[in-house]
Amino acid sequence: MLDLSKYSSIGGAVRDALDTWPGEVCLYESDRGEEKQRITYREFKERALPLAKWLQDSGFRPGDRASIIMTNQSKWLISAYAIFFCGGVLVPLDYKLKPEEQWTLLKHSGASILITEYAIWRQLSTSAGRAEAVAVKTVLVTEVPANSDLASATSWESAGGTGHPTFVPRKREDLACIVYSSGTGGTPKGCMMTHGNYLEQCVALTSLYPFWPGVKYLSILPTNHAIDFMVGFFGPFTCGAAVVHLRTLRPEFVREAFPKYQITYVSLVPLVLKNLQKGLQARFDELPAAKRRLFESLRTINKALTRNRPLLPLSRLLLKQVHAAFGGKLEALIVGGAFTEPQTLQFFYDLGIPVANGYGLTEAGTAVTVNDLRPFRADTVGKPLPGMEVRILNPDADGIGQVGVRSKTVMAGYLNEPELTAQTIVDGWLMTGDMGRFDATGHLQLFGRKKNMIVTEEGKNVYAEDVEQAFEGLPVKEYCVFAGNYIWPSRSMVGEQLILVIHLEPGQAFTEELRKEISARNSRLINYKRIHGFVLYNDDFPLTASLKIIRVALAERLRKLNREQAVLPV
Amino acid sequence: MRSLEQTTREILELATTHFKAVPGSLKAEDDFYKKLEIDSLQALELLSRLENHFHIELPDYEVQGVSDFKTLAERVQARL
Repeated sequence: MLDLSKYSSIGGAVRDALDTWPGEVCLYESDRGEEKQRITYREFKERALPLAKWLQDSGFRPGDRASIIMTNQSKWLISAYAIFFCGGVLVPLDYKLKPEEQWTLLKHSGASILITEYAIWRQLSTSAGRAEAVAVKTVLVTEVPANSDLASATSWESAGGTGHPTFVPRKREDLACIVYSSGTGGTPKGCMMTHGNYLEQCVALTSLYPFWPGVKYLSILPTNHAIDFMVGFFGPFTCGAAVVHLRTLRPEFVREAFPKYQITYVSLVPLVLKNLQKGLQARFDELPAAKRRLFESLRTINKALTRNRPLLPLSRLLLKQVHAAFGGKLEALIVGGAFTEPQTLQFFYDLGIPVANGYGLTEAGTAVTVNDLRPFRADTVGKPLPGMEVRILNPDADGIGQVGVRSKTVMAGYLNEPELTAQTIVDGWLMTGDMGRFDATGHLQLFGRKKNMIVTEEGKNVYAEDVEQAFEGLPVKEYCVFAGNYIWPSRSMVGEQLILVIHLEPGQAFTEELRKEISARNSRLINYKRIHGFVLYNDDFPLTASLKIIRVALAERLRKLNREQAVLPV
Repeated sequence: MRSLEQTTREILELATTHFKAVPGSLKAEDDFYKKLEIDSLQALELLSRLENHFHIELPDYEVQGVSDFKTLAERVQARL
């Protein structure tokens, strides 16, 4: 691994990595089980530098912002490196957002360049939001079919400048990325991450879960996600390791990739982990009785032997077929993005597959705590990573309070939101909004949130305010969306739901027509943003002088209602 | 070439078989996440069935955000 203490920027570290391991493969790309390409570090450099030159020739200056909206693929990483090489600031956006949401964030970020794929550009270019993001002057589009209308964009493949681009050094405190943790509907929360944030995070993570040449990381989480950016790009690249991209994430192709590439690490959200568990369990259930008994005995033996720490070579021997299905080289499943149920984590650990579950948030530079597996504790999210100070603020009688984080990985603040930043980072401590407690052995346990938001099993942060605009114009006096656990704290982080609170006009009856209207609007939302139920509330909402709803006060009033009785199905 | 109606009908039949739904219970305008109580990964499994049946390639991105059979049929039809 490169000695990251010697570097002051992502671009500088990756630049040296490309020269350190020129012959090693850094990227594999597969589509529907067929490998389309593999790229060495030397070839990566040969593709990225002409793009960097083209960007510089086009007037892209140090500190300028460039956004990437792409699925997980080689050109994502090549483009990111070209941006860093030029001293630019990367704005990675979620390709799964709606076009109008993407334009909202593009406008907010101030990006002057957008790099995207043809299928995404087709939708973006015809979206009404385009007119507002006037700062976006240049659009580069990959994989454009022949004779297609580029709608004033430029083909990525043709964007190659001649001659050498000039490497632009950056300082650790300089802005590297603007990462949106939410805010497509309400206040955009653009986390300003510095080069120092990433360098520190990379050192901390790789101290527990190292990469080396020959390691293959399977990239499934979107690369705009802080986890994949770190362990699916920066981490492996600073260690000479390789990243495997699949152009389709259908479960059958993901399963096939493990043995095909002999994957070393993969990051998964709980939804995918549970899907894998379901598939494995179905196969175990189909075993003939005698084989099933043998398997159960071996699993019990493995469980006993690995109680204190993982013993991978032994587990691979005992449960050979299970490990073969994962390629036989898997070092750990990295689980993040959302809270995972302990029984799912334990299921994999009992099979001898180490599960690196942890806790983190974009604002803290990804991971805050990770399970060190000595011993594995499915009921916790592990211990703080090196360099992380984690405190429980104002604990109650049970020791539960808000989790506070202080570290060099904590963001510089929210873009254009000094007040929100001041509320979130207090005296150097990041207020996570998550409730937790340390056990006697220093492991962190989580017990719900203070924030009006949910995190889905797919690892999506959904803020209640962002969902509200879907109900704009609803024929009622007033309405508001809440995370159910914000109104009724449950000390749980699973099964979180959004709830619509409605106050009807005086004399207005709740009709079947209104119910259908709510249901229709809800259906138009992307599935993970949908409300689970609604509450009919009979009093006026508390409002500020400027007629904004005082959510804290309204939630306090609603708390007096019985949740089971008050929430009606959509 | 198939009509959109025919494509829709075939998609409904495939979904009924794949997710073991009651025959005839699915309609074009149904939200398949809600009606079939499936998650986004299960929806991706259906796409592979559609690709094999219609002999097309349907990129994951094309069906991003699609949640009803009618729109899904339109996306498939555009690739036939």
